Amino acid sequence: MPTRARGTAIFSFCTDPSTLSDAAWLGCYLTTGKHMALYWSFGTVLLLLAITAPTALAFGFGGAAAARSRFLPLRWFGQAYIAIVRGVPDIAFFLFFVIALDQAFEYIRHRIKCPDWDQPVRQGNDFVVCAEAKLPLGNAAQWIHETYGFFLAVLTFSIVFGAFAANVLYGAMRAVPHAQLETAEAYGMTPRQTFRRVLVPQMWVYALPGLSNLWMVLIKATPLLFLLGVEDIVYWARELGGSKTPRFTDYPHGDWRMWYFFALLVFYLCFTRVSEIVLERLMVKLTYGQATLGGESQRKAAA
Amino acid sequence: MSCWDTLADYGLRSIGIGERLLPRSDFTLCQQVVLIGSGMIWNIYFGLVALVSGFLLATAVALGKASGHRVIRKLSEWFIFVFRGSPLFIQFFFAYFGFQSLKSVSSVFDAFSAAWLGALIVLFLNTAAYSGEIFYGALRSVPKGDAEAADAYGLSGWSRFRRIIWPTMLRLAWPAYTNEAIFLFHATTLVYFSGFPAWQQRGDALYYANYFADKTFNPFVPYPILAGYFILLTLTVVSVFGLINRRLNRHLPQEQRLRMRFRPNLIR
Repeated sequence: MPTRARGTAIFSFCTDPSTLSDAAWLGCYLTTGKHMALYWSFGTVLLLLAITAPTALAFGFGGAAAARSRFLPLRWFGQAYIAIVRGVPDIAFFLFFVIALDQAFEYIRHRIKCPDWDQPVRQGNDFVVCAEAKLPLGNAAQWIHETYGFFLAVLTFSIVFGAFAANVLYGAMRAVPHAQLETAEAYGMTPRQTFRRVLVPQMWVYALPGLSNLWMVLIKATPLLFLLGVEDIVYWARELGGSKTPRFTDYPHGDWRMWYFFALLVFYLCFTRVSEIVLERLMVKLTYGQATLGGESQRKAAA
Repeated sequence: MSCWDTLADYGLRSIGIGERLLPRSDFTLCQQVVLIGSGMIWNIYFGLVALVSGFLLATAVALGKASGHRVIRKLSEWFIFVFRGSPLFIQFFFAYFGFQSLKSVSSVFDAFSAAWLGALIVLFLNTAAYSGEIFYGALRSVPKGDAEAADAYGLSGWSRFRRIIWPTMLRLAWPAYTNEAIFLFHATTLVYFSGFPAWQQRGDALYYANYFADKTFNPFVPYPILAGYFILLTLTVVSVFGLINRRLNRHLPQEQRLRMRFRPNLIR
């Protein structure tokens, strides 16, 4: 016999929802344990953004630096990294990297931990590694599985968005006036010193418009976490919105998924709007006193 | 089974012609190439129809945003904001479940929860919003002199727009619009991952690529095949748009022509 899932209620009057008035019912409904999981998953999205943005920037910096390298294979690698991710739908990359990275990690562990394993790793339609090489280990706790999944998702996002950031930074590095680099050379700086002391400090102003665009795109890519198997807001919205019968819950309702996704839509609209305003302010601050058209018009407006 | 047989069986599988059952084991490279290619039919269908229909709405939205009428301007601004400010993925989900609920209201909406119509509408509105913003930007950068010259020739109203403003707007917007077209084709891969069911396993290219990757647990074959198809599609879009760009710029001296820049990236 199915038992009713009775979570711990936040409000004391929530013990018997069927007797409540509409507003109180909604208040109780929106504070059930599963809804708390939904609210936490907004935290997952923010966490993903907080980790991915700097990591992708680092990947992008590496890619852009590699694409400018004087060492030919490294340059090819950098340029290929930028080019490939741009021509193909990134959702394909998301789906690809999650499996590919997982298998790569397991394969490396397999080679290290089980050196005397003599069967091939790919057997027909199976990918077989020894039990010690499994990631996470078969007997690991649930939270380790979830964390590993999230880690893979972050890495995938970072690789894909790193390529976009590399594209932006590569352009920004080329936008730094060439005379600056020549001057540095004339002062006897080595290429490495020129890169670190002249090129990198100056490129950020040129990179900011592209990077802020990238940030907006990154925000709008976060629902794709769902495709990577993370229990994110899309997962919970589908889960909670589906019709519920009185047999399994205290809060039966019809198919409300439309309203849940409407709420997500509003959340993203607010998020992108706030980001837009903040980035606009940042741009105003950064252009202050710069020898660009923007800086010039600021100076004129103040005078 | 030779590769020709596979092509005959699965070449049009995504639109329901040919063999009904998908291969279940011992996948050959040929099967993967053919089925993923067959799925591309859907990507091209969604992209092409949304692009052509979205182009008209985009022009209207751009004009609306530039309009002096307050209500029309606000409506266009909100339309652009809603579709550009939220993820396409969520828009698909919302539309799908929205159409599902409408289904119980009237049977008119039955077709809307199928991908061929419902997802198409979302893509149409989405690309109209993105291109509308591009066209609006171009509309504002139409040289003042062009409009003054039109006035001097006695052109006004529709003929002024049709002969002077609109061609210049398109010319200025074209490089950015090319990128938008490429994004749109890439965005079509989201359709079957966002609620819209692939009826009788008739999906798009990514749907089949994902099918193979799930069955073989080997992502290193189907996804590169998909990538190859999309690079071909992207190159086709770039060259077709390049031809149109040449025509739009044909009256200009050689060095003034706007160079096309191939810069596809970014999703919505």
